[in-house]
Amino acid sequence: MLLRHTHPEIKPRSALTVNPAKTCQPIGAMYAALGIHGCLPHSHGSQGCYAYHRSALTRHYKEPVMAATSAFTEGASVFGGQANLLQAIDNIFTVYEPEVIAVHTTCLSETIGDDIPQIVSKARADGRIPEGKYVFHANTPSYVGSHVTGFANMTKAMVDYFAESNGRKNTTINVIPGYVEPADMTEVRRLASEMGIATIVFPDTANVLNSAMTGKYKMFPEGGVTIAQLKQSGSSRGTIALGTLASGSAGLAMDAKCKVPCQTLNLPIGLHDTDLFVDALHHMAGVNVPESIDLERGQLIDAITDWHQYLYGKRVGLVGDPDQLLSLSRFLTALDMRPVYIATGTPAGKKYEQSLRDTLAGIPDDVQVKVPGDMFLFHQWIKNEPVDLLIGNTYVKYIARDEDIPYVRFGFPILDRMGHSYFPSVGYRGALRLLEKILDALLDRKERDCSDIAFELVL
Amino acid sequence: MTTIPILDERRRQIFQEQDNASFAMTCDRHSVAGSVSQRACVFCGSRVVLYPIADALHLIHGPIGCAAYTWDIRGALSSGPQLHRMSFSTDLQEMQVIFGGEKKLYGALCELIAAYRPNAAFVYSTCIVGIIGDDVAAVCRQVAKEQGIAVLPVHSEGFKGTKKDGYRAACDALFKLVGTGDTRDIAPVSINILGEFNIGGEAWLIRKYYEQMGVQVVSVMTGDSRVEELRRAHGAALNVVQCSGAMTFLAETMQAKYGIPYIRASYFGIEDMAKALYDVAAHFAAEPCIQQKAEVLVREQVAAVLPELQRIKADLAGKRAAIYVGGAFKAFSLIKALRLLGMQVVLAGSQTGNADDYATLREMCDPGTVIVDDANPLELSKYVIEKQADLFIGGVKERPIAYKLGIGFCDHNHERKIPLAGFEGMLQLAREIHTTVTSPVWGFVPFRAKDGEF
Ligand code: SF4
Ligand code: SF4
Repeated sequence: MLLRHTHPEIKPRSALTVNPAKTCQPIGAMYAALGIHGCLPHSHGSQGCYAYHRSALTRHYKEPVMAATSAFTEGASVFGGQANLLQAIDNIFTVYEPEVIAVHTTCLSETIGDDIPQIVSKARADGRIPEGKYVFHANTPSYVGSHVTGFANMTKAMVDYFAESNGRKNTTINVIPGYVEPADMTEVRRLASEMGIATIVFPDTANVLNSAMTGKYKMFPEGGVTIAQLKQSGSSRGTIALGTLASGSAGLAMDAKCKVPCQTLNLPIGLHDTDLFVDALHHMAGVNVPESIDLERGQLIDAITDWHQYLYGKRVGLVGDPDQLLSLSRFLTALDMRPVYIATGTPAGKKYEQSLRDTLAGIPDDVQVKVPGDMFLFHQWIKNEPVDLLIGNTYVKYIARDEDIPYVRFGFPILDRMGHSYFPSVGYRGALRLLEKILDALLDRKERDCSDIAFELVL
Repeated sequence: MTTIPILDERRRQIFQEQDNASFAMTCDRHSVAGSVSQRACVFCGSRVVLYPIADALHLIHGPIGCAAYTWDIRGALSSGPQLHRMSFSTDLQEMQVIFGGEKKLYGALCELIAAYRPNAAFVYSTCIVGIIGDDVAAVCRQVAKEQGIAVLPVHSEGFKGTKKDGYRAACDALFKLVGTGDTRDIAPVSINILGEFNIGGEAWLIRKYYEQMGVQVVSVMTGDSRVEELRRAHGAALNVVQCSGAMTFLAETMQAKYGIPYIRASYFGIEDMAKALYDVAAHFAAEPCIQQKAEVLVREQVAAVLPELQRIKADLAGKRAAIYVGGAFKAFSLIKALRLLGMQVVLAGSQTGNADDYATLREMCDPGTVIVDDANPLELSKYVIEKQADLFIGGVKERPIAYKLGIGFCDHNHERKIPLAGFEGMLQLAREIHTTVTSPVWGFVPFRAKDGEF
């Protein structure tokens, strides 16, 4: 019993978080920045934060994760980090030769109050930024929001710094994929291109954090959206922002700055939210949905009907990031399952919480939602009344083991299994994969526990 | 030869054969701004040292990240309580950053102590706490008085130095516990094991060896330790300190205050493991049977592992290894261990070595071995390719780099899952190296990157 120290009695806690269901802004910013081609994320703060962020991303992706640091010392924490950042910009362009440096702040530099735009313009004035190269930034104080906020801020910074309108409208459509896996970014692009639509997907970590083994070490892998594409994004016909929390602000910024109309949708996880995404693409680009996509959709529905009898009424507990939780809940309720406990560490706001509660309104069970909450509370709910299935990141495995509950890994971070960076969970195919994982978990458990007599060959 | 840009400031942190013999390594310094260093912070150092104390409360005072990233990632095993594997954070918000976090800290401590009744509490300060100026020590004192347990501040603000300073901060906190317990039943032949964190269960092995020699182990600091045994650590006759950096400070302060001498030890590789046992035996030379028991133990243990080691050596002889680890002491042991397997070390480096360490490293290594301090991934991969290494030994951030280059890898940091220390550990290490170096997967590498290609 690894979590034997969790007691079922729920007492209000005011001053602390136990077993967090979130982490801090900079890691999200770092992840987003890695989705730009030739970009070196830079952590403006002391050395530890970025070492942790790199290690955490490495553990999740099993890929080298590059980033630099301002390496604050006591001096910098008293006099400000300008000298450090200037020196860092110099050194980075000399040694690592990236196309672009994406600076994010940490709690430390935020509290000291360093003015990054001012420092960057000084660097430019001093000639420290080579011709044709870029430095841009996002503020990411971790005492506000979570890793999702950091991702959103860095994604919005891409718009603020780079998007520009050329006065005409190109046929491209911008897709802001949200805080999802590299494979998901590939999948949204594939769906669009299946419909004959040219897209600019940003950020795009495909082939950055799931790159091929070539026998070479590349500091900057092939993938990522280019700066040229980011600039052109301001002339796209429209923007689809997937996930209100992770992508909404960037989509709005694009609309405000370049008059590119934006539609913000749920992450396309599950049947309905994928339908909405495909529909939005269809309207925005004025193209028909091809048969190939109808086929994918039809296969998903076919699989659901084939297996729905094993899903009915199953109680599910979910922990994760808000955008994912909302779409996932919608998918689960569509499968006639009951997402009864939902916790995210991210303070996602009242409006978000309301849409989540609306999704769950039809569930006859006692439903618990906590925004923001932590995994300790989530575990306490389960101790009080168990569920049939858990869905969440690797940290959920402690609960799954202690309470002996079937469990599907989904979210960030996943430190102990493969697959998340290669197989999408968005789109119809992604939904098919989620369905498969859920059924595997439930049916493996059923067969483990049933009597010899009830053990059946054919299901 | 491949060239990569190396900052002038860093040139003296890399030693190669063509450098002249009077070369003095520059090390023990802060990383250059803008570097892609593989190092961590003060807080990380403190966390490493104290985290394995399984019946203590570890509360991280700061914003959520610092706590989230250190949640149960060190693999320090406990045979009893698992309280150290939970993640407790004050999760500071904007309000506290502006108005101070002392009240929240006080509240969190009281709630946690009431819920878990731990035997002691450690409160780690992160960077931001150092900036907003919370008086953590005062809050700790107050809670200690009210709750009747030791509540120890750990001054581990990340920017106040390097990981080594974090070790020191942890030692300072530990030192406050030492000397507060009852030492009456401690035998004259007794030791504390310092700097051993029970990763993969290594402390259990080492403790067993010493006990078989007839030496009482008063405390392990801090692998699988309990507050009670730490309190009475000052009753031991000798401190045995592993690793160059982590807990030497504590050994020194215990020597000054309690007159307990200390010796250094390493438990990696047969040679160093045996020496660690013999050195302790020599310290207790007045007790004749201890030396004898040590000899018997070493003989038996070596006999048990040697035949298989010989078989493994036949496959590994002549293969080349690159080592990049946290502390230099570990590098010393690994070099010896790899030699025993017939392997050649072509790159040796550490994140935190000092001048003496690098001098020793140079002496130990063959001519031609590249020696680096605080290296970045470009440098590491350049030398791995140039020196045609077959194996990389490192930590979490080095693993994918090695794999991308198409060579074997062995984690000798906190992600090792099996004990690599002790005699059995040497065999496990050899097996692991053998498995990875001789794996058919390297046959799938499209081509080995040739000189000059990145
Ligand atoms: S904030 Fe400071 S203590 Fe926390 S991880 Fe960063 S450097 Fe370390
Ligand atoms: S100090 Fe802030 S940015 Fe750094 S790890 Fe901690 S929470 Fe994250």
